[in-house]
Amino acid sequence: MRSRRFQFVTYIATTPQKLWQALTEGAFTRQYWFGQTIESDWSLGSRVVFRSGSEVHDYGEVLECEPCRRLSYSWHVEFHEVFRREKPSRVTFELEPTGNEVKLTVTHDQFEPGSKVRDAVSNGWPLILASLKSLLETGRPSLLTSADKLCGARERAIALAESAA
Amino acid sequence: MSEPKFVPKTIYVTYIASTPEKVWAALTSSEFTTRYFFGRSVEIEGKVGGRFAMRMLDGRFDIKGRVVEWDPPRRLQVTWAVDFEEFRDLPESLVTYEIEPLGGSVKVTMTESHQWDVPDAILAGGRQGWPLILSSLKSVLETGVPITIDVPVGPPKQMIDAIRQAIAAKPWRDAGSGR
Repeated sequence: MRSRRFQFVTYIATTPQKLWQALTEGAFTRQYWFGQTIESDWSLGSRVVFRSGSEVHDYGEVLECEPCRRLSYSWHVEFHEVFRREKPSRVTFELEPTGNEVKLTVTHDQFEPGSKVRDAVSNGWPLILASLKSLLETGRPSLLTSADKLCGARERAIALAESAA
Repeated sequence: MSEPKFVPKTIYVTYIASTPEKVWAALTSSEFTTRYFFGRSVEIEGKVGGRFAMRMLDGRFDIKGRVVEWDPPRRLQVTWAVDFEEFRDLPESLVTYEIEPLGGSVKVTMTESHQWDVPDAILAGGRQGWPLILSSLKSVLETGVPITIDVPVGPPKQMIDAIRQAIAAKPWRDAGSGR
């Protein structure tokens, strides 16, 4: 049996177009996604890469892409060997306009049984998505970036991986 | 009879560019809650055992409870009984807010816990509502502007059906005596 899925819903005062841009362009992700730059041409089957500087942190493959509505890619965590051993999981973003805001549903699933990646991303998504919401609503993700450093999401993920090794 | 054991069923975490004091004020004063909590005004006595309630726009209360933990500005726990039509016979739940400062931000964790094996169809109400409430709380504190989407009127139909079934069967009685 696979590990259960992780789902997180947030409402952001923005447009589906701006939210789509923030999810798919590295110049945006760098500002709210633990400093990482996303790269892809977003064609079906194309590679998706997350870089921290020159280091490849995570990578995957585009599974679904309906601009401004729905995006799904496989997710292989590269930056630590415990995560690297796991088969790729899958993340799906659904964007629904609700008037003045957009409802964003992030579903991360297809984890291996006992997945350590699931534990790590369950801690990471609320922080990434809170920072994304702040960036789009206030133009300032920086407070949350420093919060990330202080709460050490990446360090926690590494500690988690090593405790399992 | 032993105290009921509450199990966390829904957890929502967000990070807000604010201070613990402001988040605490937003959770415990009606001038804030009317802006982000579906228009409801909170009434709370600031002490353990104090009265807690949420008043709807029409003046009626739909949530009633009491304060279990009152530790400003870090931790607030209240019992949560929905005092509204079909919900009235359900056992009360517990809602806990934890507020942790992190640099220039605050981590807010909301945990909804239950004393019986609540079906997902009933949990769906909170799982629909909390993301909206807490997204709006974050917006109010960071931008001054709440999330304004049209609020769904009342709980989903499947939820009402599940509540009627639960009230007929009262599964919490067995669970309570078995523990």
